[in-house]
Amino acid sequence: MELIFEKSRPGRAAATIPANDVPETALETLIGPDLLRGELNLPELAEVDIVRHYTRLARRNFGVDVGFYPLGSCTMKYNPKVNESAACLDGFTALHPYAPEAFAQGNLQLLYELAGYLAEICGMAEFSLQPAAGAHGELTGVMIIKKHFERKGQRRSTILIPDTAHGTNPASVALCGFQVATVRSNAEGGVDIGHLRELMTKDVAGLMLTNPNTLGLFERNIEEVAQIVHRKGGLLYCDGANANALVGITRPGDLGFDIIQLNLHKTFSTPHGCGGPGSGPVGVKRHLVPFLPVPRVVKKGRRYRWSEDFPHSIGRVRAFYGNFNVMVKAYAYIRSLGAAGIRRVSENAVLNANYIKERLRGHYRLAYDRVCMHECVFTGEKQLQESGVHTADIAKRLLDYGFHPPTIYFPLIVREAIMIEPTETESKETLDDFCEAMISIAREAKENPELVRSAPLTTPVRRLDDVLAARKPDVCWTVC
Amino acid sequence: MDYVPHTPEDQKEMLRAIGAESLEALFADIPATYRLNRLLDLPAPLAEQEIWEHMSRLAARNRLPVATLTGAGAYRHYIPAVVSHIVGRSEFYTAYTPYQAEISQGILQAIYEYQTMITRLTGTQVANASMYDGATAMAEAAVLSAKSLGRSRLLVARSVHPEYRKVLGTYAWANGYACEEVPFGATGQLERDALRELLDDRTAAVLVQSPNFFGVIEDIGPLADLAHRRGALLVAGFSDPTALGVLKPPGESGADFVVGEGQGFGNPLNYGGPYLGILASTEAFMRKIPGRLVGATVDREGRRGYVLTLQTREQHIRREKATSNICSNEALCMLAAAVYLASLGKNLKRLAALNVWKANYLKEALSALPGWRPLFTGPVYNEFAMSCPDAKEANRRLEKAGFTGGYDLSKDYPELGGGILFCATEMLRREDMDRAVSLMQ
Repeated sequence: MELIFEKSRPGRAAATIPANDVPETALETLIGPDLLRGELNLPELAEVDIVRHYTRLARRNFGVDVGFYPLGSCTMKYNPKVNESAACLDGFTALHPYAPEAFAQGNLQLLYELAGYLAEICGMAEFSLQPAAGAHGELTGVMIIKKHFERKGQRRSTILIPDTAHGTNPASVALCGFQVATVRSNAEGGVDIGHLRELMTKDVAGLMLTNPNTLGLFERNIEEVAQIVHRKGGLLYCDGANANALVGITRPGDLGFDIIQLNLHKTFSTPHGCGGPGSGPVGVKRHLVPFLPVPRVVKKGRRYRWSEDFPHSIGRVRAFYGNFNVMVKAYAYIRSLGAAGIRRVSENAVLNANYIKERLRGHYRLAYDRVCMHECVFTGEKQLQESGVHTADIAKRLLDYGFHPPTIYFPLIVREAIMIEPTETESKETLDDFCEAMISIAREAKENPELVRSAPLTTPVRRLDDVLAARKPDVCWTVC
Repeated sequence: MDYVPHTPEDQKEMLRAIGAESLEALFADIPATYRLNRLLDLPAPLAEQEIWEHMSRLAARNRLPVATLTGAGAYRHYIPAVVSHIVGRSEFYTAYTPYQAEISQGILQAIYEYQTMITRLTGTQVANASMYDGATAMAEAAVLSAKSLGRSRLLVARSVHPEYRKVLGTYAWANGYACEEVPFGATGQLERDALRELLDDRTAAVLVQSPNFFGVIEDIGPLADLAHRRGALLVAGFSDPTALGVLKPPGESGADFVVGEGQGFGNPLNYGGPYLGILASTEAFMRKIPGRLVGATVDREGRRGYVLTLQTREQHIRREKATSNICSNEALCMLAAAVYLASLGKNLKRLAALNVWKANYLKEALSALPGWRPLFTGPVYNEFAMSCPDAKEANRRLEKAGFTGGYDLSKDYPELGGGILFCATEMLRREDMDRAVSLMQ
């Protein structure tokens, strides 16, 4: 498909500029010629051509509204439309972040109440809504850990992370100047308690634990894990990326976690937008509240205002207040569901994952044969051994069946991993169709492995050459 | 209401297939003492009509301004209707990161086109698919500078947005870097002599903004030269990205990184977010920059296609050795920016010029008021700082009349002895500005 630059024709334009109603002075006079640019090389197209260009691009893209999207650990649930409509209300979109607080009482109320709902859902004392994404929330949480020890006058150099963790965990820790030590998983997919005990010294600031973990398994020994970490003065951090398994069922705060980040774009149904915007609120127990980022919304009587008056805060992690418009959608979602609806989220997310697990277990090998939470992890090793078909081939073949593939090759400790997270918003019929497709592919792998290896056959492009892209990077278009 | 399609019969059938007695049984791994035996304390659920009414009431508790005279890092521009129509296509907004390239060619090509537009606007060779916002784009450029040079000192212009400096301070603290400020002079531009003295062999980066927080345009070339002479890198920020429509591309003046807030390209004010951080650099940093990058390649049949590339920079491959921890970015805001730029095309230059003229008109008009004068003499884009008899009183009057007034500089810049920062974009008509001026008289 042609690039927008290839469709450009000199002299065309879509947007027109309003008439000038103030005096015009040459920019060379007002600014100076040395500071001005020469040519401006942007594409020139009529509006209809722009619309057709991007509409064609849209049709070459797969979203939750197009079909089932069981991408493990990404919680690709349906994004309710009323939330989108609400977020487009002028009252929410039009205000400048520095608008007088008197103009923004509705926004401030929303932020204040949303933070309160999240605190109740997670069993935490308070939440900051400032971080822009899950990984940004992790970074903020690790900064809070750093501040906690700094205030105590202790230097601790290391943070523990299980080998099943998302890559963002060690990267967030490194971006905050800590070392990473990896905790092994045990035979049943949980934290190896002996190894944790061995690693958990007075030089360790804490443990970052995803619960349920990326194998979709709840950490059964959570009580002991919390004790081991706390006894050495460490803090227990919960990566809440998988919170869709737990809301309304149990609360990370009650389980002993001191800090949690949530991904509003996962558990709280805000759309992923091709990779963002997300929102990564951070919640903490009472003893860590002073360290939350500033500013924070405070309430006095019926009025809300911003306050920076928290001298022990880690400071700011983002300009302004975070991804406000994303929070509007998450707020609308929580208010729609209420407590009973929130509980139904996790119950049915877990039901759906276990249903898929049971339907596919005769066809693909399970990584860990336990009741799973919101996602189940298979390994494609059987297919690889029997017919030389890789997990990547199975994933690509799913495209021909009209499904987005699961997450593959993650978690890293499972070879040829296939990680399936159906979410609660999918019907039994959709799950059955998906399972039938997976079973059919398992059969194809046996009978006609070349077909699976050559997939996809029906997509706008066939498999792309990643190696070429990395070896000869072409990251912007230049006319030869 | 909720969004679970199952009927009780569906649930029963599925439980039977699983071999579980009840939904509760699926949670047996959670120790019973930690399982909630109550419903969460949340407001009662609402039907769609009720949620719509509730959200509308909440939105109506806000007051829409008659006009907005504030910029200070977030800019009110007209957004062509085509932008929301494209961004509202749910093939885009309900998709995840395009890891499965064959069914994500739409967004991948859109990112590739955006990367190209940004390199052309900034005079650079590589631009990523977005950072969280302008402040974090700057902070991550600083961290990357320090890491790649093995240096631990950062020099940031005091004329950089105060909140950007705070975010930079937070990131610097977390990494153990020293962060010092470079003063500005009477023009509102960075003081070169001060910079020359502050620069040393431990300095990793010099961070400036042009237009800076006061709206004043910096001359990037000589600053880049000074930094480079001591082996440091020059990070050039900007305030409003539309300024790039008329200003010399910072990359052409020697900036190693060009970073800033991209909201002004087609994204609503949204009370501060979501916005998009623009981050662009030279070829030298292509394999080091944070965030997602799209590259062109070919498929098995030789057709052109696009993939996420150079992923060995990223957290999901490199874990603690990654350049950054960024995963989710602001892709949809980036798409809005791309559509906006395609829509404006070369008219961006005319739009930017209009911003300059509007700001100069308002500046002149305010300068005629008794006791009012510009704080700085340097050339400005669409913002300018004024000294005035009583900034708080001016804002009070504007607020009373329904205006979002100027940014009061007294808290962040006590050394100025009071001051107020105004912004005029194409959204301000002459009569809005005349009315604002008369209110402040």
